[in-house]
Amino acid sequence: MNLDFSQIVPSIPFILEGIGATLKFVSVSIIFGLVLGTGLALLKISNKKWMKWPADIYTSIFRGTPLILQLMIIHFAIPQLFYYDIPVFLSAVLAFGLNSAAYVSEIIRAGILAVDKGQVEAAEALGVSYRPMMINIILPQATKNILPAMMNEFITLTKESALVSTIGYMDLMRRAEIVGAQIYRNFEPLLFAGIIYWVMIFILTNIGSWVERRLRQSD
Amino acid sequence: MIKTIELSKTFGENTVLKDITTTINQGEVVAVIGPSGSGKSTFLRCLNLLENPSKGYIWINEKEISNPKINKLDIRKNIGMVFQHFHLFPHMTVLENVMYAPIKVKNTKKDLAEKIGKELLAKVGLTDKIDAYPSRLSGGQKQRVAIARALAMDPEIMLFDEPTSALDPEMVKEVLDVMKDLAQTGMTMVVVTHEMNFAREVADRIIFMDDGKIMEEGNPKEFFSNPNTKRAADFLSKVL
Repeated sequence: MNLDFSQIVPSIPFILEGIGATLKFVSVSIIFGLVLGTGLALLKISNKKWMKWPADIYTSIFRGTPLILQLMIIHFAIPQLFYYDIPVFLSAVLAFGLNSAAYVSEIIRAGILAVDKGQVEAAEALGVSYRPMMINIILPQATKNILPAMMNEFITLTKESALVSTIGYMDLMRRAEIVGAQIYRNFEPLLFAGIIYWVMIFILTNIGSWVERRLRQSD
Repeated sequence: MIKTIELSKTFGENTVLKDITTTINQGEVVAVIGPSGSGKSTFLRCLNLLENPSKGYIWINEKEISNPKINKLDIRKNIGMVFQHFHLFPHMTVLENVMYAPIKVKNTKKDLAEKIGKELLAKVGLTDKIDAYPSRLSGGQKQRVAIARALAMDPEIMLFDEPTSALDPEMVKEVLDVMKDLAQTGMTMVVVTHEMNFAREVADRIIFMDDGKIMEEGNPKEFFSNPNTKRAADFLSKVL
C-alpha cells in the first residue's frame, strides 16, 4: 500500500499554522453570527409585523441558498460591482457570520418561545419592563433550551469553515491541499487535517457539555 | 377601590366577559366563584391588564386603567397577582424570587429588599427555604413563595387566580391560612376560587359568575344558604 507519513513531516508546522487561521475566523464568525442572530431573534418574537418581516426574509434567504454560493457572491461577485478588492478574511467572516446568524436566530427564537408563557405573565404582573424581563428572566431560562442546538451550530460552522479554502483563505483545509499538491500525496495530509478537525470538534463538544451541566444546577 | 363598568372581553368571536359592572371596596375580600369557563379568570386578568378589555371601563383608585394610553407597568406595581401554577422564576432561589421585583421595578436597595424578603418569607413560614431553588419545594411551599413575591412589591390590591387548584389536597390549607392572615391585615383581595369553605369563611362578598356575566353577588352567608338565582343554586348543589 502506498502510504508514507514521513513525507508530510517537514510540512507539519505549515499545516498546524492553519489551526490558528481556522480558529481565528471561526471565532470571529461565531461572535458576529451570535450578535446578529440574537438581534434577529428579538425581531422575530416581536408582535409587530414590520419587525418580524425583515428578519423572516433574511433567514429565508440565508438558509435557502448554499453557503458556498454566499461565500462566492461576497468574495467575487459583489467586488465586481464596486471595483473593490475584498480581503479573504473579511469575506470569510461576512459569509459565515451572516449565514450563521440566520440559523442562530431560529435557535434563539425557538428557545425563547419554549420558555413557559407564565414566566412572562409573572414578570408583567410584577411590573417588570421588557428589557429586564428578557435579560433576567427569559433569556437565562431560554439559554438552557438553546445551548445544545447552539453547540451543534458552532460545530457545524467549525466543520463547514473548510469551505473558505475555495476562496484561497489559508486555513487548515487549504494548507492540507497545498501540501498534498506539493508532495503528490493526498491521503496523508488530508488524514492529518481530518484528525485535527476531529480533535477541535471533540474539545468544543466537551466544553458544551460542561456549560450545560453548570446551567442545570437549579433543576 | 376597583370599579368596573360594562367590562367586556372578546377573543375572536367568543365573548368571554359580558358587561361586568361591580365595585370592590378598599379592604374588601371578594371571592369570585362559578363553573369553569364562566369568565372568572378573564375578569381577574383584566383587573391588572394581563388581558386588555375589549369594551367598558376599569377604575382603580380614581384612575381609569382601561384607557389604552395608560402605562400598564405603573398600574401593575400596585396590584399583586398569584397564579394557579405559581410561575416562580426557576433559575432564582426563593429569596431571589422575592427580592427581584422590588430591586428592578422600585429601585429598592438590595439590603432593604433582602430584609423585606426575609420578613415576608418568615410570615409565610418559609424561613428555612430561602436559599432553595423552587424545584426543591412542594406545591404549597411554591404558592406561599409566590404570595410573598407579590407582597414584596407592597401592593394595595392582591389578585388570586385559583391559587389552590394545582395543589395536592393536603397542601391547600397551608396556602389558605396565609391568605386568611392576609385578609385580616385589611388587604383588598379578589380571589377566583373553587374553595367554597374559604369563600364562605373569609370573603366579605361573593361574586357568582356564569356565562361571562355576574349572575349574583352578595354576602357569603346569604349566598350559600339561600341563592337567588337558579344557576347559583344548581352550581352550589354540585359543589357543596
